[in-house]
Amino acid sequence: MGVIIVSAAFSGCAPSNEEGDFSGAASKVYVAPGKYDEFYAFMSGGFNGQLTVYGLPSGRLFKIISVFSQNPETGYGYSEETKPMLMTSYGFVPWDDAHHPELSQTDGVPDGRWIFINANNTTRVARIDLSTFETAEIIEIPNSAGNHGSPFVTENTEYVIASTRFSVPVPNRDVPIDSYKENFKGTLSFIKVDPEKGNMEIAFQILVPGFDYDLAHAGKGPSHGWAFFTSYNSEQANTLLEINASQNDKDFIAAVNWKLAEKYLAEGKAKKINTEYYRNYFDEDKQKAFSEKRSSVYVLNPKDCPGMIYYLPTPKSPHGVDVDPTGEYIVAGGKLATVIPVHSFSKMLKAIENKEFDGEIDGIPILKYDAVIAGEVENPGLGPLHTEFDGKGYAYTSAFISSEIVKWKLGTWEVVDRIPTYYSIGHLMIPGGDSKKPWGKYVVALNKITKDRYLPTGPELCQSAQLIDISGDKMQLLLDFPTIGEPHYAQGIPAEILMKRNKKFYELEKNSHPDKTASEKETRVERKGNEIHVYMTATRTHFKPDNIEGVKVGDRVYFHITNLEQDWDIPHGFAVKGLNNSELLIMPGQTKTIEWVPQKEGIYPFYCTDFCSALHQEMQGYVRVSSKNSNVELSFN
Amino acid sequence: MKKTIVAFLTTVLIFTACSSEEGDKPSGRANEKLAAKFGLTVFEYENGIGPIKEKLNIPAEIDQIMAQSGKEIFDAKCTQCHKINERYTGPALGDVTKRRSPEYIMNMILNPTEMTQKHPEAKKLLGLYATQMTFQNVSKEDARKILEYLRSVSN
Repeated sequence: MGVIIVSAAFSGCAPSNEEGDFSGAASKVYVAPGKYDEFYAFMSGGFNGQLTVYGLPSGRLFKIISVFSQNPETGYGYSEETKPMLMTSYGFVPWDDAHHPELSQTDGVPDGRWIFINANNTTRVARIDLSTFETAEIIEIPNSAGNHGSPFVTENTEYVIASTRFSVPVPNRDVPIDSYKENFKGTLSFIKVDPEKGNMEIAFQILVPGFDYDLAHAGKGPSHGWAFFTSYNSEQANTLLEINASQNDKDFIAAVNWKLAEKYLAEGKAKKINTEYYRNYFDEDKQKAFSEKRSSVYVLNPKDCPGMIYYLPTPKSPHGVDVDPTGEYIVAGGKLATVIPVHSFSKMLKAIENKEFDGEIDGIPILKYDAVIAGEVENPGLGPLHTEFDGKGYAYTSAFISSEIVKWKLGTWEVVDRIPTYYSIGHLMIPGGDSKKPWGKYVVALNKITKDRYLPTGPELCQSAQLIDISGDKMQLLLDFPTIGEPHYAQGIPAEILMKRNKKFYELEKNSHPDKTASEKETRVERKGNEIHVYMTATRTHFKPDNIEGVKVGDRVYFHITNLEQDWDIPHGFAVKGLNNSELLIMPGQTKTIEWVPQKEGIYPFYCTDFCSALHQEMQGYVRVSSKNSNVELSFN
Repeated sequence: MKKTIVAFLTTVLIFTACSSEEGDKPSGRANEKLAAKFGLTVFEYENGIGPIKEKLNIPAEIDQIMAQSGKEIFDAKCTQCHKINERYTGPALGDVTKRRSPEYIMNMILNPTEMTQKHPEAKKLLGLYATQMTFQNVSKEDARKILEYLRSVSN
């Protein structure tokens, strides 16, 4: 009886469990042993700071890529080689909140070279190399706080764009918080990406009024050269935003002509502002990360740059901003809006030409709503947030409050289908769904809550993704699967694009790590003052050296371990008893270093943590640690 | 069931017979039969399975420059498992050129996984050493140089 009441009560406030015919769904997601998934899906780890890789349609988890958070599984952020990746102007920051993965694009289509992802908290953007599935670079964004509207790419990955959710004083300084209107500013950042190597540099920032800039997307096709940013809190409130930032009937999408901004930059219209931020990168040949400090950034002020930026009025507290595959429509999702407003890029250009303005804010003209709007989608569900496209003329919008995906037609703005999600969907993802050429076979719902969906696992339940078939007229739920952390946003790409580029091991010949041990003949242990450097090799099925004596309490011992294997999928692990930071997982051909400071005398075994062969258990050794004043000679074999 | 046992025994017998002949050159006719038993061609049975598919023209005299270059590759990529005169993770290789054909040695270097799955001799060594030999990302030319080095240290 209790069950019936509960389920009845539940149905009242949330979508009921799906009904209907599920025969055939299982076979659509079944990927037989030895067969590959059709797509890779890259899902943000949200508050766990990583990026997770899943197969679609199976929903199988392939990998957790370490990005902004230390990972004891691989030693990322713990090993001497990777610690510099997490350096910031606030010191070493070993975690973050990662939200929006974004694949690099060529001619508006994901090209499988890199994927970018933002850190909200200590404002950073990372670039992951998709040949290795490893983080290659992290750049800090100065003059920003809450790096949420980030990192979205332009059509040829000329720029990664990033906007700040929390406006702050620029440059940051000690001011009363109630001087918000006077002192707080937003910034829109344009990070230049080297077309060959992918290296990132902040080319310029645009100083904008102190609203909250929430999300972004770049134009494409006819709107290539423009970028769009949503904002809320045009009231510029600084307390109780829940009420105070919901006063205005309309907030804005900021439309930025970045090609014009480039021109103004070249003409010297930007001001150089002193600030401090880091760029960290991983040198694959040296197998080592490096940190570089930057001390200034170029900032453009709209007042000095006419025509560079316009505001499109958008109801009400808009969240997502999505550009359709043709590049003509700019769709806004408003948390509090009752319709989905769709702006027209061509109408926007005409309105600019005809100066159809409704005032301006800090030198930024506000365009007339009626002059730029292409249409409004009626009855789009409660809390429409994000829209992706299938490339066949349809748009799919997530509705957070009513927990559903709503399918509607571009041009007629009619809702044609809807499907419930479980529950509280945020973003949604169609592989290539924010590009010029979506692979419109599936949509993935990225959900916040899974109450009564999975077996209970304690007070916290896993979050979830749901795979929905969009190949027919009606959306069909195929599968739901749990995720690691918060699957905030995701990107998908056909696996065959990435498989061709996949690196299978690191070539020993290219390893130019300064502490590499090229062969067993070079293995050795050296003392430099109170530092001990162990140059060790790992291979199936032994370490060399495997016995070390003459280490003293308090010595800083650095194990520099080179994995001599050149065969795919033979990493070796390393751990020594009492290691205070992490183990290591060393890929074939790689060198990694971990620091160990023994505190007590005794014998310390070390071993390989990654099962590597029948004689894996024999892959072990000992370190003898003697007292500080002992005269045990340094020796090894 | 009986058939399986018989087949199994036969295999063991052949296997044993074959190992006792190590180093010898069994008659072409016997090799044909053995190769057929293992599902291999005579060439594969005698010279291994892999990218080397025909006999190479190898002069009797050792090319010292090639051998030196082979030693460098051997030191970098092979010594963690193989010594010349002692058993280590894998077998001692000082006498390998006496035991195996040049083509067999190159195929073992270039294609160790398939060799240990399909070739009776390589299978036997896998059983003995319990460690799968890995491919160390060497090219055909590199393997040829390693062979020359092994020829130069033949004892």
